[in-house]
Amino acid sequence: MLAYSLKRLGVALLVALTVSLITFSMIYISGDPALAIAGEGARQQDVENIRRFYGFDRPIYVQYLDWLWSALHGDLGRSYNLRQPVADVIFQRLPTTMLLGACAITFALVLAIPLGVLAAVKPNSIFDRVSLTLAVIGQAMPSFWFALTLILWFGVYWRLLPITGQDSWWNFVMPSIALGYYVTPAVMRLTRAGMLEVLSSDYIRTARAKGLKPMRVLFKHALRNAIIPVVALAAVQFGFMLGGSIVIETIFQINGLGYLAWESIQRKDLPMMQAIVLVLSIIYVLITFLADMLNAFLDPRIRVA
Amino acid sequence: MGERVLTVEDLRVDIPVAAGMLHPVQGVTFHVDRGETVCIVGESGCGKSLTALAIMDLLPRSAKRTAMRLELQDQTLDGVAEARMADIRGNRMAMIFQEPMTSLNPAYTIGNQLEEAILRHKPVSRKDARKRAVHLLGRVGITAAEQRLRQYPHQLSGGLRQRVMIAMALMCGPALIVADEPTTALDVTIQAQILHLLAELQREFHMGLVLITHDLGIVARIATRVVVMYAGEVVETGPVDEIFRAPRHPYTQGLLACIPVPGKTRRGERLGVIPGMVPSLVGEMPYCHFASRCPIVIDECRAAPVPLTSEGGRGRRVRCIRAADVAAGALQAAGTAA
Ligand SMILES: Nc1ncnc2c1ncn2[C@@H]1O[C@H](COP(=O)(O)OP(=O)(O)OP(=O)(O)O)[C@@H](O)[C@H]1O
Ligand SMILES: [Mg+2]
Repeated sequence: MLAYSLKRLGVALLVALTVSLITFSMIYISGDPALAIAGEGARQQDVENIRRFYGFDRPIYVQYLDWLWSALHGDLGRSYNLRQPVADVIFQRLPTTMLLGACAITFALVLAIPLGVLAAVKPNSIFDRVSLTLAVIGQAMPSFWFALTLILWFGVYWRLLPITGQDSWWNFVMPSIALGYYVTPAVMRLTRAGMLEVLSSDYIRTARAKGLKPMRVLFKHALRNAIIPVVALAAVQFGFMLGGSIVIETIFQINGLGYLAWESIQRKDLPMMQAIVLVLSIIYVLITFLADMLNAFLDPRIRVA
Repeated sequence: MGERVLTVEDLRVDIPVAAGMLHPVQGVTFHVDRGETVCIVGESGCGKSLTALAIMDLLPRSAKRTAMRLELQDQTLDGVAEARMADIRGNRMAMIFQEPMTSLNPAYTIGNQLEEAILRHKPVSRKDARKRAVHLLGRVGITAAEQRLRQYPHQLSGGLRQRVMIAMALMCGPALIVADEPTTALDVTIQAQILHLLAELQREFHMGLVLITHDLGIVARIATRVVVMYAGEVVETGPVDEIFRAPRHPYTQGLLACIPVPGKTRRGERLGVIPGMVPSLVGEMPYCHFASRCPIVIDECRAAPVPLTSEGGRGRRVRCIRAADVAAGALQAAGTAA
């Protein structure tokens, strides 16, 4: 188990390093960063001053190592617009986005896993078909459109839920559903497929031959094995959701990282964008690592690999 | 004779398939007493496994089971609600499967899976459950039982896993064990060990044992009685010595002719094989199922269903209208004539 954990940790660190390289190079993707800061039509002298001020004149690997060293110490640079350290802004907004993400993935899993199990228990039943149809519709529906539909019905027509802001828990209901719903179909279908396969396996027959109650067979013996691929999927989907929070937070005006990203893109705030990408990527790497650990816990065969 | 443990009378299984209704088990009748080993033998596909699963009520969902009588001790199993059946399964009767590699849950330790069986049915503490698991693992020949309990199935060889399955079946002290080809998937060297272990435990715990096997050598050694099945039917049943000494059904004779006999069968000589193929079990077949392959078939064989009739004493029953002729050596005569 320890060897396996260390191996996964090593992989995670490598990925994180790669991510940092890519994020760092973001500055140069848009061309000369000094020119970008100075703005179109700035004087050559000003551009040169800016270049020297920000250190863009140094060799690129020195810039990278310097940037990485600072980042490791929590210094992600200064925002061009907000005139304060990027890290401060990000860590102020991060909890909101993580809360939204946690609510959304919880909503998705709590909805999708039981539905997937039910669909597998009665394959090809009316229930199975209806949930499959909903799944297909769910995946085909753009998230912004779904979010706006939610707002229209729950916020405008029925006035059940607040439309924007983040003053209470109620504010998180619609964004969580809008963000999480997109994940449910995939999770549901994978749960269903996994359960169908596991339920026809020999060890389920053994469990039944022992006289175990159906619920115990289903949840202790079947779901534990069927859920393993779902864990990995949920981790990947959580990553997509972090990206999706840009749209959702903007629509619902939730002051999280997604909204911040949107603002920064509009204002060409490069250090901010760079830092957001970095932080979200690192979180994603972390979640993937945790998912690996969870799977190793669920499936003892993984531990020796 | 001892206490009656299992009574099976006119057991039928029907499975709807694309081509129509499959009748893989058609009126199987036999019984098991305490302390008896009843072996079910027959070619692949003749319905042995489905018979076993039908007794345990573990048939695939699409399959339908009917029976005139299906009783475990004094408890009928026919038409019993699933909840009640689950109380009996694993408790008063247990099953051992063919595939030890896949029959244990990969996610749980051996100990967890062993203890679960007894914790489900008996009012015992976890500690006592563990004690019994350790005891039984030792009894089925697994050394260092304490450590084994903490291991996962993938850490055990096939032979060990099958021993674990046997221990698991014994956890609640069942009156009946149904073992469906428990050694087919194992190394030849381990097969005999496991089968002898089963026979030994059956005697020690004084249970009824239904053993499905292809190995007629093992049947000769450990069976009390034999049930010979062909195409979903019991074609012959009786005490093992009588069946081996004087088979009365042409199929049984053919089957026995397939056993290599040390000293008698010469090296390189072809073993006896029964020519022809098993008939399709889809739809009705109101005449002798073996007719198409029988060397002494006559017109009457195809005229009507052949009943399973008693032949002499000792529970000997045969499903053949020419049973008397078979006993008198009609097959050998047909063989030399051909
Ligand atoms: N779930 C099922 N659906 C349809 N047909 C089945 C099913 N299970 C078994 N059968 C068919 O029923 C017949 C009897 O099967 P069974 O498994 O009882 O044979 P068997 O005597 O145990 O054979 P073997 O020695 O190969 O294990 C076979 O023709 C098989 O193809
Ligand atoms: Mg079989």
